[in-house]
Amino acid sequence: MTSITVSDLTNLTVAQIRDGHRAGDFSAVDVAEAFVAAVDAADALNAFIVKTPEHALAAAKQADADRAAGSLKPLSGVPIGMKDLFATKGVQTTAASHMLEGFVPQYESSVSQRLWDAGAGMLGKLNLDQFAMGSSNETSYFGNVISPWKRKGGDNAALAPGGSSGGSSSAIAARLCPAATGTDTGGSIRQPAAFTGISGIKPTYGRCSRWGIVAFASSLDQAGPMARDVRDCAIMLEAMSGFDPKDATSLDLPVPQWEAGLNADMRGKRVGVPREYRVDGIDADIARVWDEGIRWMKDAGAEIVDISLPHTKYALPTYYIIAPAEASSNLARYDGVRYGLRDLPEGSGLQDMYAATRAAGFGPEVKRRIMIGTYVLSAGFYDAYYTQAQKVRTLIARDFEAAWAHCDVILTPTAPSAAFALGDKSADPLAMYLNDVFAVPASLAGLPAMSVPGGLDRDGLPLGLQIIGKAFDEQGVLNAGLAIEQRSGFAARPDKWW
Amino acid sequence: MSVDSATVTKIAKLARIAVSDAEVEALVPELNNILGWVEQLGEVDVSGVEPMTAVIPNHLRLRDDVIDADPLTGGGVRDAVLANAPAAQHGFFGVPKVIE
Repeated sequence: MTSITVSDLTNLTVAQIRDGHRAGDFSAVDVAEAFVAAVDAADALNAFIVKTPEHALAAAKQADADRAAGSLKPLSGVPIGMKDLFATKGVQTTAASHMLEGFVPQYESSVSQRLWDAGAGMLGKLNLDQFAMGSSNETSYFGNVISPWKRKGGDNAALAPGGSSGGSSSAIAARLCPAATGTDTGGSIRQPAAFTGISGIKPTYGRCSRWGIVAFASSLDQAGPMARDVRDCAIMLEAMSGFDPKDATSLDLPVPQWEAGLNADMRGKRVGVPREYRVDGIDADIARVWDEGIRWMKDAGAEIVDISLPHTKYALPTYYIIAPAEASSNLARYDGVRYGLRDLPEGSGLQDMYAATRAAGFGPEVKRRIMIGTYVLSAGFYDAYYTQAQKVRTLIARDFEAAWAHCDVILTPTAPSAAFALGDKSADPLAMYLNDVFAVPASLAGLPAMSVPGGLDRDGLPLGLQIIGKAFDEQGVLNAGLAIEQRSGFAARPDKWW
Repeated sequence: MSVDSATVTKIAKLARIAVSDAEVEALVPELNNILGWVEQLGEVDVSGVEPMTAVIPNHLRLRDDVIDADPLTGGGVRDAVLANAPAAQHGFFGVPKVIE
């Protein structure tokens, strides 16, 4: 490697690393060392909770040996980041909580195992909102993640990388890893991708196994990849997806060859634009980028269709009943007995130990959601809140079913604003929840949805466009994303200050 | 519907989370703010609508009815199960005395 510098290597995409390694342009060890150095130099972003250079370098050595032996794998030589919500055998897994500080899994999550089997290496465990509850990465027990982006014009405010996959988005935008895993319960892949000018896809519910992912709201939780472009998302998603008998909701379907199927030609496709998403007081820059996205879709040959999703305004309140209800049940497992923190006040009994452990181990937002979930599931309120929300969820899913009679994919903004400053919304839970207003409906309906960069706002910050597809049609989503990517010419990246 | 401090104290007890009086006072308006907002769902006409049970049509599978169908989730891994326990003793989870 005479002509390729270290910064060149960290600027490569997953596809470029894979293909360049295969062609012998550089060694996998060179790539891994370049990213390890970038990670070490970026502590100011606080994107990683644990660094695992030894894992990345071991995988790289194996990749170089496999190349010599002619037995390369799909992700040989590609080092990635792993959201710290995936159990990794022998490597601390915390869900960014005090409750699981020091927890070292004795097993590997199905999704991470698939990535290692495909030849990828791990640079470290990425920071996130505690138990994936948050939209700004401000609820982590291990401190805020800082976005590498700054507003132009001298404003030096530290910006949110989005959440809950904020370590993933910050690390990719800062070129600390070419791709990372995320999880998305109500926008946790798409909103952070939008905030940091990268791409991310939440597949159809059931595509990626939930086994070994710390559970938040099981009927909504889905893993997915985050990366700098659509092709890399396709490559990663292929490696992460597939049937897993250990997850009762895993889809028993073959994994399509999404990368090979990429095609930005939208002729014959109908793109739905839901009128309910054009909310009163929509940010002018968001509206402008959305209009540009519509124009790019037309330019790619698509027909634009005005559609209606009448129950859109009820999606967020529905989500904030169902997700906390499921969380209150899922997080009942943290009892100070089997794993995680134990707080045993002097002379106290079992019940006191439970209460003290959970008071000490959970942060304020996690407690808030457990309390809401406990309330809406409690005797006398269950039907008024939880059953009603599940009925409205049916109506939201029906809205999409009806829309598919008129369109093949749906185009919307990903989030109602660009990244906000850390601290701006952390005092008002409701204002924070509203950030996921465009992301949550697809989650409630289990549909594949992705965010791709659409442009910059007046402050020079990235804005994302969301594409929602029919169940099982990740290909249609990726293709529409590619059509936008080819036309947006999005090449902005944050200036290095860390 | 709104909650008062007695209700919040009861919810915290059901959720097995110890809360101080000051925390309860802070949680009352926070939870009421959120609950007041989700109550708009009451205005949706859901007559004849079934509650959602599965977003994607799928069938529930049964695993083979044999011991250790999957060695990872089967038995015989006591030490791995106990490896992260805060107080494992003699091959068991240790808890405070529950019977006087």
